[in-house]
Amino acid sequence: MFRFVNIQLLLLSMSVLVHTESLVAQTVDFDRDIRPILSNHCYACHGPDAETREADLRLDVQASLFAVRDEPLITPGDVKNSQLIHRITSKDDAEQMPPADFLKPLSVDQILLLQRWVKQGAQWKDHWAWTAPQRPRIPVLKHSFINNDIDRFVLAKLKDENVKPSKRADRVTLIRRLYFDLTGLPPTTDQVQAFVENTSSSAYQDLVTQLLAQPQFGERMAMYWLDVVRYADSNGYHADKTRQVSPYRDYVIEAFNSNKPYDEFVREQIAGDLIPNATIEQQVASAFNMLLQTTDEGGAQAKEYLAKYAADRVRNTASAFMGVTFGCAQCHDHKYDPFTTKDFYQFASFFADISEVGVGNAPAFPVIDAKRQAAIVQATKALADAQVVLALAAEKMVQQRVAWEASLVEKARSNIRLTPWQFLASLSAESFDLAHDKSFFDETVPVDLATPVADVAWKQRDEFVDGKIHALPAQENIAHYLFRTLTAPQGMKLVLQLGSDDGIRVWVNGNEKLNKKIARGVVANQEQVTVDLEQGENQLLIKISQGGGGCGFYFNYGSSDLPADIYRILLIAESERSEKDQKTLGSYFRDTHPDLAAPRELIDNSEKILKQLTDSAPKTLMTKVAAPRMTRILHRGNWQDDSGEEVQPAVPEFMQPLDVDGRRANRLDLADWMIDTNNPLTARVFVNRLWKILFGNGLAQPLDDIGSQGSRPTHLEVLDWLAIEFMESGWDVKHVVKLLVASATYQQSSNGSAALLARDPYNHLLARQSQFRLDAEMVRDNALAVSGLLTRDIGGVSVKPYQPVGYWKHMNFPKRKWTPSSGDNAYRRGLYTHWQRMFLHPSLLAFDAPSREECTVERPRSNTPQQALVLLNDPTYVEAARVFALRIINEGGTDLEQRLNWAFETALSRRVAKQESNVLLDVYAKHLVMFLADTESAKSLVAVGNATNPTQVDVAEHAAWTSIARIIFNLHESITRN
Amino acid sequence: MKKLISTDDKLSAAVNRRCFLGKGVQGVGTLGLAALLQQSLTQAKETDVQVPRWPGILNGKLHHEAKAKRVIFLTMAGGMSHLETFDHRPKLTEMDGKPMPESYTKGQPIAQLQNKPLKCLAPQHTFAKHGESGIELSNIFPHLATVVDDLAIVRSLTTDAINHDPAHTFMNTGTTISGRPSMGSWFTYGLGAETENLPGFVVLTSSGGGQDQPIASRQWHSGFLPSRFQGVHFHGQGDPVLYVNNPPGVSRAQQRDIVKAVQKINRLRSASINDTEIATRISQYEMAFRMQASVPDLVDISQESQATLDMYGTKGGDGSFASNCLLARRLAERGTRFIQLYHRGWDHHGGIKNASAVTAKLIDQGVTALLKDLKQRDMLKDTLLVFASEFGRTPMAQGNGRDHHIKGFSVWLAGGGIQGGVTHGSTDDLGYNAVEDVVSVHDLHATMMHVLGIDHEKMTVSFQGRDFRLTDISGNPVQALLA
Repeated sequence: MFRFVNIQLLLLSMSVLVHTESLVAQTVDFDRDIRPILSNHCYACHGPDAETREADLRLDVQASLFAVRDEPLITPGDVKNSQLIHRITSKDDAEQMPPADFLKPLSVDQILLLQRWVKQGAQWKDHWAWTAPQRPRIPVLKHSFINNDIDRFVLAKLKDENVKPSKRADRVTLIRRLYFDLTGLPPTTDQVQAFVENTSSSAYQDLVTQLLAQPQFGERMAMYWLDVVRYADSNGYHADKTRQVSPYRDYVIEAFNSNKPYDEFVREQIAGDLIPNATIEQQVASAFNMLLQTTDEGGAQAKEYLAKYAADRVRNTASAFMGVTFGCAQCHDHKYDPFTTKDFYQFASFFADISEVGVGNAPAFPVIDAKRQAAIVQATKALADAQVVLALAAEKMVQQRVAWEASLVEKARSNIRLTPWQFLASLSAESFDLAHDKSFFDETVPVDLATPVADVAWKQRDEFVDGKIHALPAQENIAHYLFRTLTAPQGMKLVLQLGSDDGIRVWVNGNEKLNKKIARGVVANQEQVTVDLEQGENQLLIKISQGGGGCGFYFNYGSSDLPADIYRILLIAESERSEKDQKTLGSYFRDTHPDLAAPRELIDNSEKILKQLTDSAPKTLMTKVAAPRMTRILHRGNWQDDSGEEVQPAVPEFMQPLDVDGRRANRLDLADWMIDTNNPLTARVFVNRLWKILFGNGLAQPLDDIGSQGSRPTHLEVLDWLAIEFMESGWDVKHVVKLLVASATYQQSSNGSAALLARDPYNHLLARQSQFRLDAEMVRDNALAVSGLLTRDIGGVSVKPYQPVGYWKHMNFPKRKWTPSSGDNAYRRGLYTHWQRMFLHPSLLAFDAPSREECTVERPRSNTPQQALVLLNDPTYVEAARVFALRIINEGGTDLEQRLNWAFETALSRRVAKQESNVLLDVYAKHLVMFLADTESAKSLVAVGNATNPTQVDVAEHAAWTSIARIIFNLHESITRN
Repeated sequence: MKKLISTDDKLSAAVNRRCFLGKGVQGVGTLGLAALLQQSLTQAKETDVQVPRWPGILNGKLHHEAKAKRVIFLTMAGGMSHLETFDHRPKLTEMDGKPMPESYTKGQPIAQLQNKPLKCLAPQHTFAKHGESGIELSNIFPHLATVVDDLAIVRSLTTDAINHDPAHTFMNTGTTISGRPSMGSWFTYGLGAETENLPGFVVLTSSGGGQDQPIASRQWHSGFLPSRFQGVHFHGQGDPVLYVNNPPGVSRAQQRDIVKAVQKINRLRSASINDTEIATRISQYEMAFRMQASVPDLVDISQESQATLDMYGTKGGDGSFASNCLLARRLAERGTRFIQLYHRGWDHHGGIKNASAVTAKLIDQGVTALLKDLKQRDMLKDTLLVFASEFGRTPMAQGNGRDHHIKGFSVWLAGGGIQGGVTHGSTDDLGYNAVEDVVSVHDLHATMMHVLGIDHEKMTVSFQGRDFRLTDISGNPVQALLA
């Protein structure tokens, strides 16, 4: 039976795949060939997850796979005596593996591979990703193709596969490629020409050096990094409120521009706040920990959200720096990789020291750099000096002070008198509404203190002194009344300062002056009401209504020209005033006496300067430390389950250990562990991503899962060689970028032959460069740069380019309107666009920019009708086209052909082809005639956007050239990097 | 344009002045002007590019026979109270104002009522039996009562998330973690659409009747599926689809010229560059251009009869739920696969009696008309209607309203593949826990997929090394609901 099956399979395989033939000759490599099969088809039941493990059998660890058994799973060299092979070839339902209902049957090729592996001796090999990279041996070969060692690896593999590399791309393509890859912007015509004409042998390297020194390099790299760390300008959940965090983006741009070593970059983001004597820059970097989605929804449970935040940080920190999917282990041991649930929560507890609330908005802190700090010190000193001047001047005015005080006391004494409060407590109602609205007695007639209300009597409460918060009996759905009389020497205005928990109503002489039905806690001065008092006795009645929770009120008053506190002090005999009261009065004197106006102005000015200095400081979220919260394992990720084991910070158990000598490990330890050269992941993950930026795809894919389920890198040796080179260079990012772009592999033409495309459609062999669409931000940047509209400022707060009206209408708490930025800020690069997680700018979204709720290391590259609609109709692109049209008219020469050539050279760095100009001139002619006949339409087209038009340009001609510019901006070529 | 023809000569002169006859512009002489214009006026037919239709990853090979072709999913956003609508709990009337027995609530997640005394609140509306099936329905849905025999009402749905945003995410993607594809994306990914002039997944929104909880665009995002499967949000104001209208001053004929020129130059490029994306780009431009015509046609309600408008109770084009129901039918007719309506008005923490009546009134006639209209057009038999909310509301009072509730609430299905006039599952006597035939959101998704011919366990997508599905790791089609 077994043999029969085997023969059948062999027969089948011969007709299936040609490459099987070539494989037969090769040695089967466990890590390359076998583990991926076991991972995808077996690990779900025979892998790391203890809970779902069947038959107590693990195929992911060497010991279990080769354990001594009665019927050995694998007998090296002996297919017949290997249960593994027997099971995967069995037709018996009871024996067959994987079981039919698992829905993941093995292919014929896979079965053959497994058989050959056993036959060849069943050699085990650790997973490449969990083993620290070693500098691989560089293939010895000579070829004119080779620029550096990268090419040797690539070429060696190409020789094995009998494929030739593509020729070097032409110089125009090369300079455009470098500009887009390293700066995200197109080169100008002059730059292209200079490069094409530069015959120096170092022309290419010089260009690279020049581009790496441009500040746009940092912007281009930040574009990618901000996806990785999920940078956004809003909180994400529910109300999706705006947050202030742009200094972090500036930090990232600057880090790449100053070529900050990557290990420092990692360390500062994970634990910048913990670095001893952390600089402001390092503290800003620590905003990384605060970039997650948060909520401030009423009714959200803090405990639930703290659990969400903890899990979010594990998922995203692991993805961002280690390129592994740790998220699965939140609820169960990882199915494919050796991460356990315990690992997950131990990792989470590294972040348990971050000060945060479960429900609410994290505070933003001002970013005071050295320059600003110096200015603040200076202004603070000036202020102190001015205060001394004032105090000295005031001290000298002894007589004026006596006269001033006497006049104020007289004024106060001629003022009102108040009786103590009378209190009517806890009248209950069916609901809060009723408690607040219902008249428990007639409030509009003089209060009769002798008559109880609903069996409750009025009681005098002397302890309810003014200017303090007083608690009142708390109960659901009740009302309290407070009453006193005010005797005024004459008709006057009085300002009442009030606070209440919850609602409040106020009557003066039976007239309602305030009615606020609200649920809140009490603080001083929540309400201010100005009331008219009659000469003689006035009645003041206050009602406090209560829905639930605590209850209380606050009362104070002042006449219209004396603050309440001063008024109170003046009525106390001087000898009985407290020291504090005397001080208060003293400062009131200094603040108000007309003779002190001059020194006061000095103070005002200093204060203004100081306030301006602190207020204008950019603000950002930062990590602040608190006592670590306790972390426990949550069974199935359930935040309500408190039965799980408590855990301490620790790194995944199967990886290289972290030794902290018995103390609690912290984020700084975690960061140091990540950037340890023995960490198998960090360097590989980053160079893999640099490779993706410069070649279109990573060497190891997917970029966010290099664990067992990821496919083996197409060129593991290149990846490892680069990782070692990266670490040994001191984590020098620009060094690796230079190596990559210097390689002949990078400089190949992306226009592969049809034969090559058929042979290697996914470009796994690297026998050509890749063509791909520009990223969302770069699509915008390119159009703005070509039109000349682009603002090249670096850094700063986010801006708001044009966005369709009403796009934000489904946001709430509060409702918001998108107010487009004006002036130069309307034309900033795409990476500065305000990133609203709930409603990301629709043009960015259309071109696959992620909403950055989770770490994104690889955007999809879609090709959709929405993209066409954006380029055709979004005012950003229409405006860019009509401004570009002006440039074509003004700078492009006088003749149509000249102008078209100029336009193509400016936008695409090449001349227009004859067939193309025929198409374009057709449209131009037609549209010119149409716009001449209908200048109103022409006018409205060339008025799109904020930019102004010079008057001397003919509107129809301008509109017709706008059509041409629109065509150019919509070309596939315009949005493609070759 | 008439003016133009009559002043042809003057124009020719003007055109001449504007360097029209520069070098190399042979063939576009002034003589040809009038003809050229005439051509552009009459050349109203679209460009000749074929738009290949995405056939769906299943490419017609369904896992079993489909009973419905499309889905209209009506989301009652904010958390519709099951106790005022589809789940009559007379015991609550008896218990009105009395403490909620702790046995129900102990250890349960609670939203805004945390640390507050929990008291029962009686159903705020009366219920009556309707139709041959005799199903009980609240009196705030008088229209819906007339079609109750077409509905399959589930009274035992549960969900995982108690706050709006994560609860919507769970209802739409099968998980509370952001970034996974929404169900509309899954369906269009699997089945494609039956139109190349309109998107396969369309979202329509309306509001009114209660506080408007925010709705994030992530609710119709395609997650890790390609962006083409993202829901396209139609807007009540401005362009019905973002950027679907030409720039100011640009006529459709001119826009066509632009698109045609782009297509031609892209094709020229394609001849010298081996890049398959160029061909895709060409067809996507064609689809975009068609959408520029088909979207205005879709929203042009003037084609509807007065009787139809009266049935829905809308003049159309006002962004109301009723108007969106009418648009949903028009989208269904045109081949859109998944149509999702949101009505943001059901978050009734206070004043639930009045608010639920007001909100229901905005919904009732429109949704009933949609069902009847589909039926009279013989489309109900292959359209799956789902009427659901992200969660229900507590039997306990929050003032005179109710708080969020996830342990038992109601949803109804109707149309192709679904039995009419049945109820399924039940909550306990106070309407707190689903206790009989409990249905999870995964079960609901599995049922929907089943009706459309998809085995929810078989349609998976590999992402980050794992095979993902809409139903995550659980769920079964609810057989009792199937016709």
